Amino acid sequence: MRLRNLQIALWTMALAASIAFVALRWLPVGPSEETGVAFMPSFDLADATGAMRSSDEFGGKFQLVFFGFTSCPDVCPTTLSEVAQVMDDLGEDAARVQPIFISIDPGRDRRLGLRDYTEAFHPAILGLAGTDAQTRAAAASFKIFFEREADAAAPDGYTMSHSPGLYLIGPDGAWLRQFAYGTPAADILSDLQSRF
Amino acid sequence: MKPLILSAILTLTAPAAFACDSVTSGDVTVWRAWSKVSIGADRPGVLYVGITNKGNTDDALVGVATPVASLPMLHETVVTDGVASMPHAMKVPIPAGASVVLAPGGYHGMLMGLTAALKDGDRFPATLTFEKAGDITINVEVLPLRAEGPDCGDAGQ
Repeated sequence: MRLRNLQIALWTMALAASIAFVALRWLPVGPSEETGVAFMPSFDLADATGAMRSSDEFGGKFQLVFFGFTSCPDVCPTTLSEVAQVMDDLGEDAARVQPIFISIDPGRDRRLGLRDYTEAFHPAILGLAGTDAQTRAAAASFKIFFEREADAAAPDGYTMSHSPGLYLIGPDGAWLRQFAYGTPAADILSDLQSRF
Repeated sequence: MKPLILSAILTLTAPAAFACDSVTSGDVTVWRAWSKVSIGADRPGVLYVGITNKGNTDDALVGVATPVASLPMLHETVVTDGVASMPHAMKVPIPAGASVVLAPGGYHGMLMGLTAALKDGDRFPATLTFEKAGDITINVEVLPLRAEGPDCGDAGQ
């Protein structure tokens, strides 16, 4: 009887752990656009010159925010190329949109050169790389997920997994929507133009 | 003088052609091999290519080698539950009678340890190793950062 109680207790704990694991794994991953709950993501991070930049200074502009890392060969260049195309195609309206790249691998990206990276795509893109704590805070604020994964074969022995969406923040600082990875530049452009 | 004219002609006629070349060995054809400009030499480059298996048996791409990178590897971009990760792919299955395209957002070659930055218009050879078809070497053309692939007309096999 005692053993049975112990078994029940252990199974209950295992079940609770599974639920907690699933919850942790799912909850921080990109907010749905359908939730309807406005929230105000924010960041305080250094730019390539070391100057602190905050989400507050972009009030009045739309922000297109992407979290990534500069050693990422496939997802990040694809998305930043789309952002660059959107900025070009916006023409005069480009001044109403601030594209922002937030590094989730800030130490290595500062070493490799943040400005070289963003300028290769478009001079308008602002690259930000904070401390680890500031980066975690920004990611939590945007409700995005990122994680460092050990990979013996990767440069420096690790790679990053991350939410690959592109996030649109309104001129009032409120979250508007995310563009899923692979959204064509033309679709992002027409969405933005519909909001001007 | 003659070599100069010849090289001038090659330079003028080359751009569209190279990325649209295809190379066949046995049942397997590799085609449309391209890469993107790298941002410096310290960040990895990328390799995209189409592969067609016209045979009756499955094959698989198991390796890639190129003189421009000391550590080329196969990876796959996988988006699961809204999170993109890029696991190392031990091999890319090429089923019998099927085409598989290494393209942005999916399977790709990750060229780590670049010997030099890849520049727009550069060309380099890449040798793909298949389980059954063996080694196939194809010329890879480096396209601009924003390219979504070479324009080969109807060459998408």
